Amino acid sequence: MLSDITIGQYYKGDSLVHRLDARIKIILTILFIVIIFLCKNFFSLGLMILLTVLSVLLSKVPFKMFFKSIKPLLPIILFTVILNMFYIGGGTVLLSFWKIEITTKGVFTAIFMAVRIICLIMCSSLLTYTTVPTALTDAIERLLSPLNVVHVPVHSLAMMMTLALRFIPTLIEEIERIMNAQKARGADFESGKFMARVKAMIPILIPLFVSAFRRAYELSFAMTCRCYHGGEGRTRMKQMKLHVSDFVSLGVFAAVLAGVILLNSCFARLI
Amino acid sequence: MSSYIEFQNVTFGYPDDEGNVTNDVIENFNLKIEKGSFVAVLGHNGCGKSTLAKLCNAIEVPLSGKVFVDGLDTADEEKVLDIRRRVGVVFQNPDNQIVATIVEDDVAFGPENLGVDPKEIRERVDEALKNVGMYEFRTFEPHKLSGGQKQRVAIAGIIAMKPECIVLDEPTAMLDPRGRREVMKTVKKLNKEFGITVIFITHYMDEAAKADRVVVMDNGKVVLDDEPRKVFSNDETLKKVGLDVPQATELSKMLVRDGIKIPEDSLDIDELFENIKAVLEAQ
Repeated sequence: MLSDITIGQYYKGDSLVHRLDARIKIILTILFIVIIFLCKNFFSLGLMILLTVLSVLLSKVPFKMFFKSIKPLLPIILFTVILNMFYIGGGTVLLSFWKIEITTKGVFTAIFMAVRIICLIMCSSLLTYTTVPTALTDAIERLLSPLNVVHVPVHSLAMMMTLALRFIPTLIEEIERIMNAQKARGADFESGKFMARVKAMIPILIPLFVSAFRRAYELSFAMTCRCYHGGEGRTRMKQMKLHVSDFVSLGVFAAVLAGVILLNSCFARLI
Repeated sequence: MSSYIEFQNVTFGYPDDEGNVTNDVIENFNLKIEKGSFVAVLGHNGCGKSTLAKLCNAIEVPLSGKVFVDGLDTADEEKVLDIRRRVGVVFQNPDNQIVATIVEDDVAFGPENLGVDPKEIRERVDEALKNVGMYEFRTFEPHKLSGGQKQRVAIAGIIAMKPECIVLDEPTAMLDPRGRREVMKTVKKLNKEFGITVIFITHYMDEAAKADRVVVMDNGKVVLDDEPRKVFSNDETLKKVGLDVPQATELSKMLVRDGIKIPEDSLDIDELFENIKAVLEAQ
């Protein structure tokens, strides 16, 4: 059961989006967020919807995966929709009762906001669905490497992230083992009031921490034995090389940015 | 044969809470390991076996005395990387020595640290994984492998650094019999085919019996040091330091005591089987 856990949200595949350089994917995601906040009317937003749908189709990740990542955020989307509907006035009044008026502009803004949030979620999940966690940490290390100049320990941070990812399954196994051991001695984790259950977690946490420290100690020995001495003079087996598709996707995003600015200026702004 | 690793009057101990070293784990220790040899180090827990492993590649430096690896002094801080490149260490728990989330990335970790050219790393990784029989698992996540497989990945991670010597610190202690056999077979192969010097620290007699030379340690000192057959004939001394003889040897001795004329120094089951068969056929 435990051996089935996959770290992160990676969705195995070999699509065009999967093969894009992780660095480019991170940059594109950031770019997407910037562009979508530049959108001022439905025409430019429509362009962004097109871009989102196109990327999702290219990634061959099924739509229901995206629905899964939108689901937990539905309350926030609903809240935004309601807030916008009730508070934004202007245009023709559609409905009015008591002191509240719902106007066309309010409805449009609400839809606009909801679509924007959904596009944002889809785009950022696309990044984690199509990129292995290690490639992500690698890409972050390389993208942030200029910060080395101002003495930010970029390599150490990336190494910490990699090790954290590596030890998640190990620690989950450990928790299960400790829980079973405590259950065998009569510990009860399921019943009782909230505080009682929180207290019951302490005998799990303490051994977990002790063993995590011991593992860290041994790991540091093992790493030293394998000549680890920080990022200096280190090479990489897997080189990150930019391919034509990376430049093309950058170009597409630049074109979309230009399109959004154009559409913003051609048509009346909504927000 | 020239000695590859040499311990000269080494004393070592761990400091207590006040920083004073009171209990010496190893005292006036002398040992020479020949190049290309397969040496098993035996001893019960706390006899200084693991300290020995850490002294071999400058993880720890002796308080007094010297450790030389291929003529390099481990106390020389500038030579530390040269020493660690020559002597790789495999530890007991495979989970605590694998650093990457993908098998091949983990094997690449050592050569990456050494600054090897990416193309060559790829070749070394593939070769190392083939040598330990884990090539088809190269894209697996380590937590999906068995203990024996993980330990073989750890060994591959060491041989990808092209060491001249591998120290294995109880590599089989956490494995099942099958995993133990896999690891032992791999290590034997590395020693025979590539001439890598092996120091195999263990407390399994049957594993030690497969080495060219067995060093028995007790209280930080060498008690016995000879080829396996001779070491295991000293069952008195072995019992005194809390160790047993291999089961096959023990059984032969019992048979001899009961008046059956068979050689009493069988090291493994196959040899014992042949010996018993010979006796039965002679009757």
